[in-house]
This record gives sequence, structure tokens and C-alpha cells, in this order.
Amino acid sequence: MREVLEGSQAVARTVARCRPGVICAYPISPQTHIVEALSVMARTGELTDCEYVNVESEFSAMSVSIGASAAGSRAYTATASQGLLYMAEAVFNASGMGLPIVMTVANRAIGAPINIWNDQSDALAMRDAGWLQLYAADNQEAADLHIIAFAVAEELGIPAMVCMDGFVLTHASDVVDLATAEQIDGFLPPFRAQQVLDVENPTTIGTMAGPESFTETKYLQHLRFLDAAEVIDRWSTAFRESFGRQTGGLVARYDPDSLDRNNLAPPGDATDVTVIAMGSVLGTLQAALVPLRAAGVSVRLLGISSFRPFPELALREALGECRDVIVIDRALELGAGGVLTGNVGRALAGTRSRIHSVVAGLGGRPILEASLRDVVARERAGQLGRLEFLDLKTGGVPVPPVGATEVAR
Amino acid sequence: MTAHDAPATHGLSTGPATSLAYHTGTWRTERPVYVDLAPPCALACPSGEDIRGWLGSTQEGEAGFETAWRRIVAANPLPAVMGRICYHPCQHACNRAKVDEEVGINAVERFLGDTALERGWDLPKPGAPTGRRVLVVGSGPAGLSTAYHLRLLGHDVVVREAAAEPGGMMRYGIPAYRLPREVLAAEIARIERTGVVIECGTRVTDLGAAQAEFDSVVLTVGAGVAHHVDIPAGAASKIVDAIDVLRDVAEGHPPLLGRRVAVYGGGNTAMDAARTARRLGAQEAVVVYRRTREQMPAHPTELEDAIGEGVRVQWLSTISGVDTHTITIEKMELDGDGRPHGTGEFEELDADAVLLAVGQDADLSLLEGQHDITVSDGVVQVDDNSMMTGREGVFAAGDVSPGSRTATYAIGRGARAARAVDAYLNARVLPAEPVVREATADRLNSWYYSDAPQQHRAELEAARRVTGFEEVLAGLDAEHAVFEARRCMSCGSCFECDNCFGMCPDDAIRKLGPGMRYEIDYDYCKGCGICAAECPCGAIDMIPEVR
Amino acid sequence: MSTVHIPFLQTGTLAVGGRLLREDDRSVQSHADRPSSLTRGHRACQGCAEALAARWVMDTAVDAADGKLIVANATGCLEVFSTLYPESAWKPPWIHSVFANAAAVATGIASSLHAQGKDDVRVLAQGGDGGTVDIGLAAVSGMFERNDDVLYVCYDNQGYMNTGVQRSSATPASARTATTPAVGHQPGAPVGQGKSMPKIAMAHEIPYVATATVADLRDLESKVRTAMSIHGARYLHVLVPCPLGWGASSAESIALSRAAVQSGIFAVIEARAGELTEVQRIRELAPVEDYLRPQQRFAHLFKPGGEDALDRWRQLAQANIRRYDLLGGTP
Repeated sequence: MREVLEGSQAVARTVARCRPGVICAYPISPQTHIVEALSVMARTGELTDCEYVNVESEFSAMSVSIGASAAGSRAYTATASQGLLYMAEAVFNASGMGLPIVMTVANRAIGAPINIWNDQSDALAMRDAGWLQLYAADNQEAADLHIIAFAVAEELGIPAMVCMDGFVLTHASDVVDLATAEQIDGFLPPFRAQQVLDVENPTTIGTMAGPESFTETKYLQHLRFLDAAEVIDRWSTAFRESFGRQTGGLVARYDPDSLDRNNLAPPGDATDVTVIAMGSVLGTLQAALVPLRAAGVSVRLLGISSFRPFPELALREALGECRDVIVIDRALELGAGGVLTGNVGRALAGTRSRIHSVVAGLGGRPILEASLRDVVARERAGQLGRLEFLDLKTGGVPVPPVGATEVAR
Repeated sequence: MTAHDAPATHGLSTGPATSLAYHTGTWRTERPVYVDLAPPCALACPSGEDIRGWLGSTQEGEAGFETAWRRIVAANPLPAVMGRICYHPCQHACNRAKVDEEVGINAVERFLGDTALERGWDLPKPGAPTGRRVLVVGSGPAGLSTAYHLRLLGHDVVVREAAAEPGGMMRYGIPAYRLPREVLAAEIARIERTGVVIECGTRVTDLGAAQAEFDSVVLTVGAGVAHHVDIPAGAASKIVDAIDVLRDVAEGHPPLLGRRVAVYGGGNTAMDAARTARRLGAQEAVVVYRRTREQMPAHPTELEDAIGEGVRVQWLSTISGVDTHTITIEKMELDGDGRPHGTGEFEELDADAVLLAVGQDADLSLLEGQHDITVSDGVVQVDDNSMMTGREGVFAAGDVSPGSRTATYAIGRGARAARAVDAYLNARVLPAEPVVREATADRLNSWYYSDAPQQHRAELEAARRVTGFEEVLAGLDAEHAVFEARRCMSCGSCFECDNCFGMCPDDAIRKLGPGMRYEIDYDYCKGCGICAAECPCGAIDMIPEVR
Repeated sequence: MSTVHIPFLQTGTLAVGGRLLREDDRSVQSHADRPSSLTRGHRACQGCAEALAARWVMDTAVDAADGKLIVANATGCLEVFSTLYPESAWKPPWIHSVFANAAAVATGIASSLHAQGKDDVRVLAQGGDGGTVDIGLAAVSGMFERNDDVLYVCYDNQGYMNTGVQRSSATPASARTATTPAVGHQPGAPVGQGKSMPKIAMAHEIPYVATATVADLRDLESKVRTAMSIHGARYLHVLVPCPLGWGASSAESIALSRAAVQSGIFAVIEARAGELTEVQRIRELAPVEDYLRPQQRFAHLFKPGGEDALDRWRQLAQANIRRYDLLGGTP
């Protein structure tokens, strides 16, 4: 059923239909609408056999999720920004213990200076946490990715973050076609704990590993994580077959001319420049690049759907012969460059690719189509630097006029 | 789970209790070991009773009473008697005194003794007949103990007693208010039922003839002859031996002593004599003793009871003269060594009679002319270990031989004499008593014992006591006897309180079940020492680990 | 105190067991087939009272829950010494996540069990004073405030022993630790009120709060049993001497606990819904020196200059005795 919904509502309803056993809530913008919506469903009985726990911090939200998951429940929570950092220790712990928790991250900048608007610094700071990171380009994908996330996480015993741009998606209303509970029941297997705190078969979870066993433990976790690429691809394919929508996967290919998402789109050519991006900026790019293509500029668009595991093979395949790459990066590794760029660069090592990094949209700065087209034009003209900041103003930190920024958490 | 190339690691989950693979026992520098030490009560018991053992059985209540009694009679065949007259050195040694009050061991013994008489429990059956015959001369506590233990060993035993009734000083020296005669008679009769033959009114006068008749002879003739001192006395003055008074009373011929009676001496006989005098109608009974209260040989409770009945004591005094109705007393003083010396200061005291209780001597008439049997200090000398006199096959025990002149000591020596005779008859050497380690108070962790005062035997009103020879102390009932027994701290011997088992931080002690105690699993014991520190009764030693 | 009344049996209720006890009156620890939830082969130091208390607490909880108990453990000695891969000394299902979150993990378990309809399975969370009073306080407080169905047990050894004996907010004033050395004009931990977790728990008005020590097994077992008979958030605070951190003989762990109680330094109490309901009276009043002197961490109190600190200990004991009427007699 197609309906107009706020992104947070779309996610909340889909999560509820995935039948979580325990939901942990702690407010932080711009995630708050999701757990608010779930709290209503918990009260109205729409969420059955589910415990909704208001915790006292994100750290406890993740910790409650850990306990719930270890005790055999499908566990869900949502956070953003500072909240994700505040729970960081437990985030790493959940993956170390192989607990398939699913968490929505409503991507937001990290302070200081405190800033509640969108970029992807939060989730990308957790890139080494051992979680799957799936990025949504729009609200439909944001909702659908949760179904895939539960399926993949529970098959692998690896927790998953579904990342959606804060405000840009969470607070934006759009037409969506949500999977029904019946459809999800038919698609998503019931929760199967790979290890569980069971009084009939007691086990000790969370032991200490010494130098003798730690490296191998991590190595095996890494192999398991590499397996995840195939599993994500498989579940995404299954989803497409079941629901008729292209969602998730490892990378998102786009038709060269229509810029519509099309996983059967051909790989790039040696003459192309490919813009690589992640999240809602892909929609902006779709719109921005159509006129360039019409004007004969050989530009292609490629989306990273799975940041973790990083889809090295799928990326190379999609790029084909293309060696000119622009990465639109929504997070900055201070002193190094864009976070996504770094990962793309490692994936393309040895390909002699020319990679330009454009850091854009930090802390909610709008990414303008014109600016993106300008970037592509300058690349084609050989004028684009290795690392640029989109629409950077010179002369220090601009002082906004009184009343220019209305803070609404 | 689907078949992935890499296995799930789950943060290295592991099975329960897999730590058993790690043997922490290697950390140990000291190891705990269970020990069984001798408790001070048993070490102090001249009769050699396993007091801790029989108190332990009593603790179980009704189900344990007979076992408890049988553990007593393994050493002492007269529990009902000794439960009354023993001056209970065990209680003086009892470690519980340092917690609250000593355990009333004597009262529990009497309860068990009385219960056995009530229920007609018999002494153990004698062992297989040996065909050997032993004569025991005298039927006091030493003689009865010797006879009983010899009989248990399978020997034929005949006891010959000069007096009309058996019992010796128990019958003739101890007033009935302390030991009812029917109790004594019942316990002696029970010994007779084991096959011991007691021939009363039969004085042994010919040792040679006795030796010809028997394979062995044990002299337990006691010390029933009053010791005499020379006191200048007027012709009409009345000076009698305290022991004779007690004997006369015991035989049913109480003498007339007058209104004011002085007793000369400081032992238990003096106390008995003074208390008996009160019962015979004396308004005043004064004990004249030449030393101080601290030096007095009489048992403190005897003294207290006597004072409670109105007996007065004239300390540091000797009787230097006796007249018809007065005595002259010289005040004494102690020298640096604690010995009394006359001060030359005299006073007069009214007294219609003087009872001499200045000691008793053994009747050694049987040994006259027997030069191979050494008598010195008024007693028959025996080999310390074999208890044999200078004459082969002739032994001696009790008051006639060296040592403490108490019934409990006599019973203990009697038992040892029986073992000595048995060894002699079997041509064996009697092994010396083993050296034992004492469970001293400092080993105990008394925290764990419940706060529980001694159950005092209801004492008859002192005023009522002096009107007759009714027994002064009432016995405990079963409930109180069990309570009292449970005050025993089981010094030096595990009583299965589970402290070690429960308090081992390393779960390294196994409980083996009732009566089986515990076992330490040295694979895991780290030697922390908590078990030893928290063992209430000091039954665990920590010893250095030797690897 | 909700202890079993037992007739006089040589050791009464003071010892772990006793051959004369009726089966029903026996402590869990006295049973040959007790759960031994924390079993042989763990690597706690010699004489570790935390290891002992943990077995006592968990065995009783396992017994009370008819074997259906899940445990969440904070990081700390208890976790490190019991679960060095591949060995685990635990028998019940047990999870360790991180230092500060045992209470929250337990909430998650309890929530999951409730959602699954497994309300017969009970949840226990446990940690040291660091994981409870310091770093884990927010999670513990959150669990209390929500009245989650969790029994939280703090084994208080008054410092960060696992990391080498540093001060925690449960370290008593004047105690020497690696970060409060016994030097300077005010040696040891700075003088202050310290943080009383039982009082904090009581301020949440949760159904049940109790304190206990390893000096009284019966009391501890009865408190765990009482706690297990209640649903909702419950808190048990157990004083556990640490031979290493306190500088005491490994054999003295029980004796020190006893001295802490008998001197009035540690009040053994019970509270329901924020109201103090029971107080364990002092049986044999002991001087504070009985508790302090055997501990090297207080050695400076017995040297010149230590008189003031020693006096403050006496005042603390007196204050506890007054506040909780530890000697009895106040109606």
C-alpha cells in the first residue's frame, strides 16, 4: 500500500512488523521520532510479545539490547551522533559476542561544536566496531533495509546498523510502500539465536581471551565478516524477488542516462568519471547528473549500499574500466581526508584510479545540485583537486545572521 | 545456521564448569590437613573417659543416649556414681569456660548413668573365657574398675571385701546426701552381672595363699584408716576420726556429736564430716584448717556447699589443745614458700567434739612380712608402666598405690591395672600410654558456638539440705542433658559443622556424608587457610607444602 | 532478620551447617550436592571473599529459582578470574559484556525472558564496587528506577583490585591504595563520607535492599532467598575482604568481615521500599582496631600521626551504632 509517511514512521512501522522482542529507547535527535512511534505501538498493542524499555542512556540502550539478544530475543534500538559514541564500548562488545542486534542510526554530525544536523560522521566513526553498516538512499530503502538487516545479522551472528541521513530522511515525508507484517513473516525467518543464555543448556558468554587466542578470534571474525558480502547480496536479491524493489545489496548501480537505480546497469568505461556516494545524497546526484549526461558528459553514478562489509569486489565490477572517481564524502577523517574516500581508495588499490575526494554536507550544510555539477565539470576539465570541500567559504567561520538558524531538536 | 566458510566465534563462549581443567592446587604453599587432637576434658579425666565422644552421642538426643552411655562404660563402669561424686577435673579443663561457662559434663554423665539404671541397660558382654583367674582385694572404685575391665577381657574375677557391703569409700566415706546407696548398689550389681564375683566380709590375710589360688592378685585395699595427729587432750574430750563418723552414719549408727563440732583438716572428708555434723544436729560446725583457701585440697564446690549449709572455716589455724567443751587454736602464718608456721597467738573455741580429718592411711596389714613388696610413703610401690609390685603377679591400684586419692583416679588406674594384668597373663608388655596433642583453647574459633549458659542442676534449698541425708543435687532431665551436651565444643575433633566445606572460596572441599566428614581436593585447594581459621574446634592444621 | 530459627545445636545458625540440623533447616552451602555455581579451578587469589560470596549468593539464588537463573556479570576480578578462555568456572548461564553495564544487560535479559513468557527464569546481575558504585552507577540506578525484575549484587571490596588496587568511591577514608598512597599529611584516601550504595538503592524505594557479609552465611542466604521471593529491582550489597588489596592474610577474610560488623563499621541491614526494616545487632562488640589493625592498608593509622584517622573510624562506628541501633535497646 503506497502511502505518504515520514521516514521515521516508515522505519518504526517496518521494525514493528519484524516482531522484535525487546526495543530500547533513549531520545536523541534526529532518531527520536522512531522510538516515539514504536512506544505508541507498544502501548496500543500493535507490537505484541515485545518489551519496550525506556533506558537512561544510549550506553544502556545497547547494553539492554545485548542482554536481550543473548537471552534469545530479536533486539532493536535506534540512536544517532553523540548517542552512538556514548554507547561505543557496548557497540564493539555486541559484535564481539556475535549478537545480531539491529540498530537504526539517524546519521548526524558529532560535536564539538555541537550540531544536530546531518552528516555521516557518527556511523563512520564506528566503522571498526564490527557491525554491518547498510546505508539507505531514501525512505523506502531505509524501511526495507531493516528487514534485510535482521535477516543478514541473524544468519551471520553479526549486528547491523541501518544508516539513514538524519532529518533529510528521518523527518522527510515521502511516498512509501511498506512491507506488511504478513509479507515480512513470510520473508524474515523467526529469530534464531546462535548462542543463548539457556538454563537448560548453560553456557558462558563473554570470556576473556589472552594473547594466545585473541588474534585468531579476530581473524575468524574477519573471515565471517567477509562472508557477509555474499549474505547481504543473497538476501537483497531475495528481497527484490519477493517485493519487486531494488533495496540494499552491496553497491547500487544506476542507469547511465536515466540515472534510475538499476542493478543491471553496465559497468563504467575508461572514458567515464564515476561519482561514488552513500546515503540520501545519491538522490541529489541522480537529479544533478541527468542534465550533465544530456549534455554529453560521460559521468556515472555509483552508490555504496554496504559500507561494512566494504564491497571491494562489487565496487570494482561496477566501475569496470572507469579509473576516474569522485567520492562525495559526508564524513571527514581530520588530518587524512574523507572516510568513504579512504575505503574506496583501499578497494581500488593497484588499479591506478584517480580518486578525488569531495567532502560535502557536513553538519547539515545543503548539498546543491549545481555545486555537484560544478565538481564533475571541474574534474572533466582536470581542475578538481585530490581533496576538496564543497562550497567551502573562505575567511574563517562564518557568523550566521541573527535568527538564521532555528534549532529544533 | 547456513554453511559459511568462517565459523561463528560468538566472543569465545565456552561450556559451564570447564575451569576444572585448571588445577589451582599448584599455587599452594601451605596445605590444610584434618587432625584429631585430644580434648582437655579427656586429658584431665583420670578415668580416661572419651568425654567428647560420649557428649557427642548425647547431642543426638534420645537416639544417642545408649551409645553415649556405652562410650562411658568403655572406661568407667560407674557413671551414675561418678556423675554424682566425681570432682570432675574435666570441667576445670573445659575450654568452654573461656567462652561462657564450662560444660556441665558431670551432670550429663549422671543423667546417662541414671537413664541406664532406669532402663536396665547392661554392661558389655565379657570376652571369650581365658580360663585365667584373678583376685581383686577390695571393692572400692579401684577394685570394681579392675574387676570389671578384667572380666571384659574374659578372665574370671573374684573380688574379696573385708566389709559387709561392697563399695569401699564410696559406701563408707561418702555421705548419702551425695551418693544415694541404691545408686551405688545398682551399679555394683550390674558389674556383678558381668560375672564378677564379689565376696563380702572376706578379709584377705594371706597373700601367698591368694597367689596359690589365683593366677594374679590385684591389691586395691584403699586408704580407709584415719591418719592421726597428736593433740594434747583432756580426758573427757571427745576426739573422733571423721572417717569413722562417716562410716557409722553409712552403717546406720549415727553418733552423738553435740551442739558444737570442730572438724580438723581441709580435704573433702573434712567437708563431708562438717556437713554430716550439721545433719546430725550440730548448730555450729567449724572447719579448722592450717592453710589458706587457695591451698585447701577440698574441692571448691564442696567448700561452697558446706559454707552454704552454715559450716564455718577457721583459716590459718591449728588445733593445739582439746578440752571437754573447748579447743585451743593457734593462729598460723605462711612463710615465703607458702608453708604455715605458728605465730604463738592462741584463741579458744567452743567445741563439744573434734572430728579428725587430717588424712587417711592404707591398711597394709596384708603385706606385713612381704619384704619383696616395697611400701614407702605409706603406699605400695608399683612399676609405673606395668603396675606390678615387687612381687611377680601381684599388682596394686587405687589409694593403696601412689597417686591422687580420688574415685575417678582409682577407676582409671583400675582399668590400667586390668590391662596390665591381662598383658602379664598373656606374657605381653603393656605399651606405654601414647603421647597425644592437646586441643588447646587457642586453636578454637569460639565465635561459632551458640551463646548458651550451663544448665544448672536445680539445687535444693540450703535450709532443707541440712535436715537430712536426702540427695542434694537433682539430676538433669533429658532435654537439659542434651542441651548441656550440645554445649560441648568438640575441641580438636571435627563434628561436621560444614564450615570448611561451606567457606572454601575455591570449592575445593568435598563433603562425604554423615559421619564421614570431608575431603580436601588438593588439585584445587590454594591453601588460603580459611578452613583452618574458621574451624570452630581447631581440627585443621596448616602445614608447609613440600614439593 | 529473616533467619531460620533453630534450636540450640552446638553451633546454632552461626556455622555453615551441622550434623544435628534438620534437612529443612540446612543452609544451601551445607549440602554435599549444592549447586557450586562458581566451581573449582577459578583463579581468584587465595582467600578471596568475593569468590566465596559469589558462590553463596548464586547457589542460593539458583536454589530459590529452582535452577532457572541467568547471570550478568560486570567486568572485574570476578569476571577475569572465572572466565579465562577456554575455561569457565560458572555453571549457570552467564554473560559478561563490559564494565559499566551489568545492570542494563540484566534488564535486557529480563525483558527478553518476559517477552518470551519465561517469567520463571530469574535474572541476577553482579559486579564489584567499581562496576556498581562508580562506573556502573547510572545503569544500576536506571534498573532500580524502572523496577526491572533483577537482583543486583555488589561485591564490595572497596577498590579497583583487578587493576592493582586503586581507589574507588567505595574506598573508605584513610585507606591506602595505589592511587591514594599513605604519604603526606593526610595519608590514604581523602577523608569524606564516601558513597553508600545501599542508601542510594534505598532512595530509589525499590522493593528490597539488604547488606550482608561473608561472616554470616545464614544471614546472606536468607537475604538472597528473600530477594528472590520478590519481583522487581532488588539490591544486595556484600562486603568482601580482599587479601591482596587490603593487605591481610588470606585466612582472615571471614574474620575481617566479622570484625567489620561487630565493631559497627559495617551495618548489616534490610530495607523494603526505602524503609529500613531489619538491623542485625552486634553480638560481641569489638573495637575498630580488630578490623583495622590486621590490614596493611591501614598500617599508617597505627603510627605516629595516625591518631586522628583512627579516631574518625571510632566515630564512624559509633555513628553507625547510633543510626542503626546496632547494640539494640532503642525502642
